[in-house]
Amino acid sequence: MEFLFASATGLLTAAGVWLILQRRSFPVIVGLSFLSYAVNFFLFASGRLAIGALPIVGASEAPTDPLPQALVLTAIVISFGMTAVVVLMALGAFFSGGHDRIDLDRPGRGEDRP
Amino acid sequence: MMGNWIIAPVLLPVVAGAFLVMTAGETAQRRLSVVAVIAGLVLALALAASATVSGPQVYLLGDWPAPFGIVLVLDRLSALMLVLTAGLSVFVMAYVLGSGWDRKGRHFHALFQFQLMGLNGAFLTGDIFNLFVFFEVLLIASYGLMVHGGGKERLQAGVQYVGFNLIGSTLFLFALGLIYATTGTLNMADLAVKVPLMPANDTALLRVAGVMLLIVFAVKGALVPVQLWLPGTYANAPGPVAALFAVMTKVGAYAVIRVFTPIFPPGSPATGSLYADLLLPAALVTLTIGAFGVLGAASLFRMAAFAGIASMGLVFTAVASFTGEGLVAALYYLVHSTVAGALMFLVADLVLRRRGTGELRARPAIPQAGFLASLFFLSAIASAGLPPLSGFIGKLLVLQATSGSVWTWAVILGGSFVMIVGFARAGSVLFWAAERDKAPPAPAPDRAALAATLVLAAVSMALTVFAGPLTGWLEPAAALLIDPAPTIALHDLPGPMGED
Repeated sequence: MEFLFASATGLLTAAGVWLILQRRSFPVIVGLSFLSYAVNFFLFASGRLAIGALPIVGASEAPTDPLPQALVLTAIVISFGMTAVVVLMALGAFFSGGHDRIDLDRPGRGEDRP
Repeated sequence: MMGNWIIAPVLLPVVAGAFLVMTAGETAQRRLSVVAVIAGLVLALALAASATVSGPQVYLLGDWPAPFGIVLVLDRLSALMLVLTAGLSVFVMAYVLGSGWDRKGRHFHALFQFQLMGLNGAFLTGDIFNLFVFFEVLLIASYGLMVHGGGKERLQAGVQYVGFNLIGSTLFLFALGLIYATTGTLNMADLAVKVPLMPANDTALLRVAGVMLLIVFAVKGALVPVQLWLPGTYANAPGPVAALFAVMTKVGAYAVIRVFTPIFPPGSPATGSLYADLLLPAALVTLTIGAFGVLGAASLFRMAAFAGIASMGLVFTAVASFTGEGLVAALYYLVHSTVAGALMFLVADLVLRRRGTGELRARPAIPQAGFLASLFFLSAIASAGLPPLSGFIGKLLVLQATSGSVWTWAVILGGSFVMIVGFARAGSVLFWAAERDKAPPAPAPDRAALAATLVLAAVSMALTVFAGPLTGWLEPAAALLIDPAPTIALHDLPGPMGED
């Protein structure tokens, strides 16, 4: 089980890192989602992997650590909200700019506007 | 003792923000917003007074005992950051109302309050996971503020900013997972107790987690090599929002001071001087890049953004010593550079409103040029660290704390020189090389905005005058970071390594 878990986490992270290095915002957003799945797995494993153990004392023979589960829940909620925000902003940039390249047009020219 | 009031700086902006979302009228929104920022300042000052008189205090959320529940810690350091944030928010709000920036989009005031909530929470919390949560709160509000007013460039820069910070957040979670897996706790005081007790051959994962945390805080604090997001973001953000963001980079420096000084000090048997050795070269390169950025920037806002990067380089240089003297210097310079950075963005916005473009090329002369040139001169003096403004004293303190290192001195002094040249170049192009044959446009009606900027410049002078009392006040704050025993005792923790 450890091997499966570790390789799944590693694969998700690798896919995420590959995708966030792309130049268009769609793959970057998908990559960020992959990374957040990977980190959720990873956080879950920080409380040690156990089968059939409940996070409630007395409910099963050896209770498992409840804190990582709370952390994962928080992380899921936050990454869900953040993905929604970044999708909206990327759509806004796409519709106003006409392309979804992640780099700025003419960087360094400094067209400040009020 | 402030008891339950410690949570108030987090609750006040939440409640105000929630009401602001529901308030329809513009006048009502503005009134509520002003009341909220002024109440926030009064609250921060009261908490600072309490932290001065009664020393550090711990607030247990829901009265859960310390390593299991979330704690808030009020000490001089968190009180200083609260006062700094609240004070800055008053000036920025005055500028926003005076210049009418809040009319250019919806929900500016609500986002502003949520931003303050995230900042105050990040400064108060004594739990690393809670720090992550407040980082996300302040970031999600800052995404909204950053693209306030809309526009193609702003949205594109916003996507970069969000992407960069989401990667940082993911890294933060990986680091937290590693820390929890190796130590079994995420409470900062508990970590300060447990990390030095770890057997030396078990610390490899912990060191990796520490480096990841350092990278995350470096992203927030715009430290090389992860400073790339800052110029594009600040140059495209609305002027007053960029001024408020002057305190956002300081969150990164604050987090390094708060987390690394007690938990991973250079003398720690578990991690050694790894982090100080990484931080110092990065800080010096940051300072250099910031200084040359000021010299080479093509626009006023990019120049102000690079001045911000340079100031973070100097703060981190002082932090990297992890000594009492260095931390006092870092905290003083942190306060100064927040004021100076915000001042520079507000002046830049005033110029931009009259000039129509921030490009550093000769343009028709602007109205009120003499007055604005004086303001720009003041903010440049403050940022470059020339006497008589507070940057000079801050740099002197940092030089004193790092005496003995020729390289550090050379970079700090050389960087200051390059920045002075850069500011002089920008000032001459903006105010002297104007095309005089064309009539200047009518002055923009923004007296309140001008007044807010002027008073902020006066604050920088006050920081110079009261530098002695302020550094004296900061010394116990630094001492408490280096020897956190009194704070740890307040947490009432179970025995070290508990039942694990």
